[in-house]
This record gives sequence, C-alpha cells and structure tokens, in this order.
Amino acid sequence: MMTPNDYPAAFTTSRRIYRNKRVLRETLVGWLFVLPALLMYATFVLVPILLTIHYSLYRWNGVGPMTWVGMQNYVSVFQIPNLIGTISNAFWLVVWFSFIPVSLGLIVASVMHRVGTGRFGAIAQTVVFLPQVIALVAAGIIWGWLLALPGLVNQILRLVGLGAISRAWLGDFNWALPSVGVIGIWVLLGFCTVLLSTAMTKIDPAFYESARLDGANWLQEFIAITLPLLRYEIGVCLTVTVVNALAAFDIVYVATAGGPGNATAVPGLQIYILAFTQRSVGLASALAVILMVLVILVILPIQRLNREAAL
Amino acid sequence: MRVGRFELFAGRSLLVAMMAFTILPFFSIFLTALAPSNTLPRGFAYLKDPQWGNFLEAFKQAHMPELITSSTFLVLAIVPAALIISTLAGFGIGLLRISGANKLLLLFIFGMTIPFPGIIIPIYILERAVHLYNTRFALVLPLIALYMPFAVFWMRAHFVNMPGEITDAARVDGATTWALFWQIHVPLARAPITSLGILMSIWTWNHLLLALVLVEDPLKRTMAGALGAFQGHYANNVPLLCAGTLLILLPTLILFVLFQRQIITALLQGAVKG
Repeated sequence: MMTPNDYPAAFTTSRRIYRNKRVLRETLVGWLFVLPALLMYATFVLVPILLTIHYSLYRWNGVGPMTWVGMQNYVSVFQIPNLIGTISNAFWLVVWFSFIPVSLGLIVASVMHRVGTGRFGAIAQTVVFLPQVIALVAAGIIWGWLLALPGLVNQILRLVGLGAISRAWLGDFNWALPSVGVIGIWVLLGFCTVLLSTAMTKIDPAFYESARLDGANWLQEFIAITLPLLRYEIGVCLTVTVVNALAAFDIVYVATAGGPGNATAVPGLQIYILAFTQRSVGLASALAVILMVLVILVILPIQRLNREAAL
Repeated sequence: MRVGRFELFAGRSLLVAMMAFTILPFFSIFLTALAPSNTLPRGFAYLKDPQWGNFLEAFKQAHMPELITSSTFLVLAIVPAALIISTLAGFGIGLLRISGANKLLLLFIFGMTIPFPGIIIPIYILERAVHLYNTRFALVLPLIALYMPFAVFWMRAHFVNMPGEITDAARVDGATTWALFWQIHVPLARAPITSLGILMSIWTWNHLLLALVLVEDPLKRTMAGALGAFQGHYANNVPLLCAGTLLILLPTLILFVLFQRQIITALLQGAVKG
C-alpha cells in the first residue's frame, strides 16, 4: 500500500518512464523516415568506398583470385609516370577549372553588379548560366570541334592575323591540357559569375557609399569591401570548381580521351581505363582512394575559410 | 548606385563579350550541322544551301525515339523515388530532429565530396554479382543513391527552417507523425521538391560515367551516354555529329528556358547551402 508521501515520487518515476518511452518511440519513428535514404546511400556509396579501399590492397583482374599485395599498388601509383602524371594534370586543371573561373567570375560579377541592371542584367545572367545545364559530354563535343584545325578558334586567330599559331589544339602535346582547361572555364565561369553577383546584391550599399565618401576608387572598394564580405561565397565557388577539376571525367573522355599520349589524362579517366579496359582493378582502386583523399585534403582548408566567414 | 556613362559602356561591353563567348560555340555547331553531310566544313561559314535534312538524318541514325524513351524511363524511375526517400529523410533529420541528426547530416554531406570515379569499381562488381548489370534498372538504384547526399541535404535545409508552431499546432490536434508529414509538411514543401526534381532530371539526362560502365547498349543509356557512343561512330561526319549533339541538347535547353529562374536559384542555393 502506498503512503501519501510515496505517491509523488512514484508518480514522477512512472511519468519519466512514460516520457522515455515516448521519446524512444519518436526516435524510432524518426529513424524509420531516414532509413530508406540511408540504406541506399550506404549500399551504393559508403560500402563501395570501403570496398575500393579493400580492393586497393590486392592484385586482381576483377574475376579471378585476389592476391594480397599490401601497399604495393599505392607505391606503383607514385612510381609509374603515367599514373602520377594524372595527379599533376588534375592539379593543373584546378588552375583552369577553379582559380581562373573564380577570379574572372569575381571581376565580371562586380561589373554585372554595377551595370547589369534591369532586363539587360537578367538576360546576361541567363545566358552566361547556360553551359551549367547542358551535358558535359555535349560541351566536350562542341569544343572538340571548335578547337579542331578547321574550327572556329583557328578561324578567329587567322582573322586577327595570328594564323601562325593556329593548330589542332587538342592534339598538341603542350596545348591540349590548357585547351581542356578552356572548356572548363566555359562551363564554370557563368556559374561563378552569377553566384557571386547574386551575393553582391546582398551587400549593404551603405558600405560602398561611405567608402566613396572617403574617396575610394573601384579597386580599393573591391579589395576592402567586396572581397572580405564575399569570403563565404568565394569559398563555395572554390569548393564546387575544385571538385569539378579533380573529379573531371566527362569532358576529358569526350574531347581528348586523355591524349595526345597522356597529356590530358586525369585520375577519373585513368581509373576507368585501368579498371575496365586493362583489368587492373587493384591499381585502379589505389588511384581511386588517392583521388578521394586528395579531394578531401584540398576541400577541408577551403571549408575553414567558410566557417570563419560564417562567424 | 550612380554609374558613369563610360563605365556603363565599358561594363556592358564586357558583359556582351562574355555572352558572346558563351553563345558562339552553339552558333558554330548549329551552322556546322547545316553543312553538307560527310564534308569537313569551316567553323563559321556562310551556307548557300543549308541542309536541314541533317537533323532528320541524325534523328534516325542516333535512334532518337528509342533514346528518348530510354532516358525518359530512367528519369521516371529515378526522380520520383529519389524525391520520396530524400523528403522522408530530410523530414526526419530536419524536423523531427531525431537523436544523432547532426551526425547523420554530416554523413550525408561527406557524400557530396566523393568523386563518382572513386566508387565506380565496386558498384560495377556489385551489379554483376546481383545481375543488375546491363539491365533496365542498372542505372536506377546507384543514381538514386548518388543523389542522396545533395537531395537529403537540400530537403533538410527546407524542413529545418519551418516554424515550429505549425508542427506544435498539428500535434495538439492529435496528428500522428505520418499525418504531420504527409498532410501538412509535404504540401508546404512543394517548391523545394519541384526544384530538386528538375535538378535531378537534368542530372540524370546528362549523366555519363555510370551509363558508360553499367550499360553496354548505348540505346539503353542516358542521353549523355548515348551521345558519347554517337561521337565514336560519327567522328568523321562532323555535320551529322553536330546535328545529333544539338538534338540531344534540345530537351535540356527547353527545360532551362521554361524554368530558368527556378533552375538558376536551385543550383545557386544548392551550392551555397552546401
């Protein structure tokens, strides 16, 4: 039998149990909502990451027995010039796909912000954004033709009297990689420009007005106001474009297939060739792991920039 | 902001130049597509006799009706399913705020940094093992999964910003969690769901790598995958290749013109929130 004094204690205990039960039930229901997405993601993304790491420790042709080789595949990636070459090519592409579009994008965006008002500005935004929605394969095919010997690029060069330097750009050992880079600029410049100019419209005009009262010119305004206030968006642009550069596949596959020689071979393409035409699954996996680590290593410092900007 | 006359002129000239840089390539292949088939035309030339028939020829040679059917099937099989499960997950993480929600969110964000070539080998081996390889569904499951990091992140960003009063009011009225989701929050989330659907349709249409690896028959691939094969066959017939490329681009271009504001906003927001 319960004395009156015991009653409140018992009551709160039972309430606590009741509440814990309810919280537990809600958590369970909540997890049921997340489960389908999580299962798909785990099966086709998370498990494959682990499997790639696993395969990278073996010599394997994909069907026969697997031979344990430890870190040998990683050593090979760094020793075989064609493989380590893809990584240095990827870093060159970062310059073309990332640094140039982001810097040019900043300049064009600040121009767009100042003179791109009304209908003209809206049309300009739509037009320069266009390459973002078309297939990268199509971009590769279009530019493959533009950069060919009889293509538009050489035609323009001849027109302005630079016919002497005209060439089959994508077939030239020295110029193929920069030419692929130009395709990347074409695809990504509009995205960076529109993103940055949209961000600029959110900056309080009072900043610029007071700067102008102090006699600041365009460049000083740009360095003292625009750049610091757009730090977060610049970080976003860098992240998106760097991932595009390091993980490049479509454009290179269509425009050059890695050639001439290995002049434009990038990790994504080399993984594909190693695994699916040369059947060196272990080696391809080692390159894949290096690529994934590389992306994270390059992106993490940029995220720090973002976080500081958010504070 | 006051802008001087000279600056206005110089600035607009720069923007026009940039628009030209974006648009000229399209004009160039359009003109090339109208050149006589099997010739090697110049990049930009006046055409006495435009060969409109090239488009018809490319339409037939590329088996366009089959391609459109197969790509449309893929979009219909992938996008609604991906929308449903990502909305569910976004609701669970963003609105129900289940314990471990932040860790789950980080796990999905981590997925956005994974380059597709990095995980293609196990996906191929997995599909061979379960006999999904080279079937109609070969691309469906992996593409749904590959969209999850962005899609869950996107939907969660919507739900996490919904005012709590809506949820509280529904709870007071005795709504179950499912009713709260289906009858109240899904109708309110129509805009972000539509944007996400448009984005995933374009991505599916344009996807190359998985199509290349998991489907042998180019006619069962995505549009971009078929285009890759088309290029191999018609490398020497530039006008036809250009005509085919334009045909394959056409649906995405139309979609872009129709939904340009939504697409631009969605792509920008997706990047910024990411």
